[in-house]
Amino acid sequence: MDSLESLVSEYWPALRALLAAGLLVSLMAGSAIIFIWLERKVAGRIQDRLGPTRVGGKFGWLQTLADGIKLIAKEDIIPGSADQMLFRISPYLTFIGVFLAFMVLPFGRDVVGLPMNIAAFFMLSVLSTEVFGVILAGYGSGSKWSLFGGMREAAQMVSYEVPRAICVVIPVLCAGTLDLQLISEQQAGPFWNWFIFRDPFQFLTFWVFFVTATAGCKRAPFDLAEAESELVAGFHTEYSGFRWCLFFMAEYGAMFATGGLAVTLFLGGWHTGLFPASVMPGDFASPLGILATVLSVLVFIAKSWLLVFVMMWVRWTLPRLRIDQVMMTCLKYLVPLSCALLLGASLFPLAWNTLGLPAVPFRNHPGVPAQHAPAVSKEGQAGADSPGGLLASENPRELVGSP
Amino acid sequence: MNVAELLFWITALLTGLSAIMVVVTQNIVRAALWLLFTLAGTAGIFFLLGADFVGATQLLVYVGGILILVVFGVMLTAQGPFVNLKTGAGEWAVSIVVGLLLFGLLGISILMTEWNFTPAPSIEPVQSRLANDLGLSLLGFRDATPKADLPIGSPGEPPRERTRLAYLFPFEIVSVHLLVVLIGAAYLARAKRRKGPAKS
Amino acid sequence: MNQIGLEHCLLLGAVLFVAGIVCMATKRNAIGILMGSELVLNGANINFVAFARYNETFAMEGQVFALFTIVLAAAEAAIALAIVLNFYNNHVTVDVDAAEELKG
Repeated sequence: MDSLESLVSEYWPALRALLAAGLLVSLMAGSAIIFIWLERKVAGRIQDRLGPTRVGGKFGWLQTLADGIKLIAKEDIIPGSADQMLFRISPYLTFIGVFLAFMVLPFGRDVVGLPMNIAAFFMLSVLSTEVFGVILAGYGSGSKWSLFGGMREAAQMVSYEVPRAICVVIPVLCAGTLDLQLISEQQAGPFWNWFIFRDPFQFLTFWVFFVTATAGCKRAPFDLAEAESELVAGFHTEYSGFRWCLFFMAEYGAMFATGGLAVTLFLGGWHTGLFPASVMPGDFASPLGILATVLSVLVFIAKSWLLVFVMMWVRWTLPRLRIDQVMMTCLKYLVPLSCALLLGASLFPLAWNTLGLPAVPFRNHPGVPAQHAPAVSKEGQAGADSPGGLLASENPRELVGSP
Repeated sequence: MNVAELLFWITALLTGLSAIMVVVTQNIVRAALWLLFTLAGTAGIFFLLGADFVGATQLLVYVGGILILVVFGVMLTAQGPFVNLKTGAGEWAVSIVVGLLLFGLLGISILMTEWNFTPAPSIEPVQSRLANDLGLSLLGFRDATPKADLPIGSPGEPPRERTRLAYLFPFEIVSVHLLVVLIGAAYLARAKRRKGPAKS
Repeated sequence: MNQIGLEHCLLLGAVLFVAGIVCMATKRNAIGILMGSELVLNGANINFVAFARYNETFAMEGQVFALFTIVLAAAEAAIALAIVLNFYNNHVTVDVDAAEELKG
């Protein structure tokens, strides 16, 4: 037993990473299961019908399970003119690009996969690697519908990254840090502390960010490349069964990830917005602390699911844009709009202070904030009996070449 | 062997093998795929070496920008006979010999030099402020680089201090450079009539 | 080996560098040559960041130089692709062996 304990304590960072990755994958898969059911129900209700009602009782709860069984049992068809290696590998590339974004989302106080100083920037950069999977899927399928769809999707996703990045910079300006944990902690307390209410420009930026996130996830009204009447199914025309399932998990995962980013940047992160800031218990290890942490995780997930529900609602309400309208919206409307919002968000606090308006408590933020205290105080840890902690602040990153 | 070393070996092998596969493969689209793995592996190496911001920039600019550009270029020009262009055996022989000689030279100079450097300790996540220091040095604050007083000059002189504008000037130059490149590339790639019918 | 030293990172940079040079020398596709130049620049970047990690004096300089290299490589790739596309539009081929005349 002693050697097992020493083995665990030596490889604890890897074990904790695997545990966190397993939790995130199950969250992503569980969310995808619920989203597929929710999409069909929302589609049905908006179209004045009921949606799935047969599988699993009155509300069709088990419809996704039936869908999953069907997908796994399908025959795996690869077209003859497809490039074998590219065809097989592109769903995984897309999935990896989306899954990495979950690594830095703060689900609660100190409940992060890996806390990074540049978390918002990291999320933007890994979400931009998803495009390559789309291109390879389009080319590797060996059919012209897939190639056209893939190229159009790639052009759309790459173009919408520009206003999305500018819209992420605007709350970062308000917060003074790229660290998503610190940004969430600055929004503690009642809901008027949320970044969306701090500035008229932040308020507008939330909606622009939501539009660019919808476009970046290839959702309607920007889903021309997947439209059945235009291009059969775009880049995933030739994919069936489990490979298609991976593409759709990646799409729902991207919706959840950008929804989570919007929640962290604008809507208060894991805070409920109902209690004042001093209510949070300081000690994590107490039962009240654990309850508070579980509540924060649930609040974060619920807020992200709400944003995903809004994306679905928009999908089944608005008609589709043509591809030239999609590109025009980005390049002629959203990029100048987001630049103007950036300019306004930079100048607004300056104008507020210059005009001598009364200082709101958070208006003069202290510049670069100090480091946040870890959830568990270091003196309280025995260190000898447990290999390490589960929380993010208890696990320092090991780098290559450390002495 | 701890976790960081294991990850370094895995990532380094992935990067090196993918770089060699870029050279070896004849299909240009497969070469783009191997280039993706090389660039992503390089980003992984940057993260393992503690350079988070550079790693994220590598992913954003190289994988999400340059590689997309390269693949679009491949798609626009890879029509049939241009997907697999084979090189003669003589060229391969000369290139490989020269490449191995160059690698030998670099390897010998790396292994035979006395690198008397001590690496920094591991970075605590709550205290990592590298991105802040990077931003401050790009804005031109000298205090962001306190260890940068290099002992240049003859042995008796005190070390020269750095000037006030740390990296502001190159930052501005690169910004103007990017604007020039944007305008130039848009002009070069404007729509023109193709000279003759495309080969089938 | 127990420790990852500076030599390992520099050797990896050297592998990428040499692979890029061989790629630039052997590929007939113009875009393949561009890929080679990207490999060369990545090898140099790994060297920069390795020196930034293993030497306290260059902790900031290595990363700043790597950032500038990435940005300039992006600019160079954009222009190189514009040139390649122009060449393709004029000669309907992307084979560099066909680029043997100075005119046109």
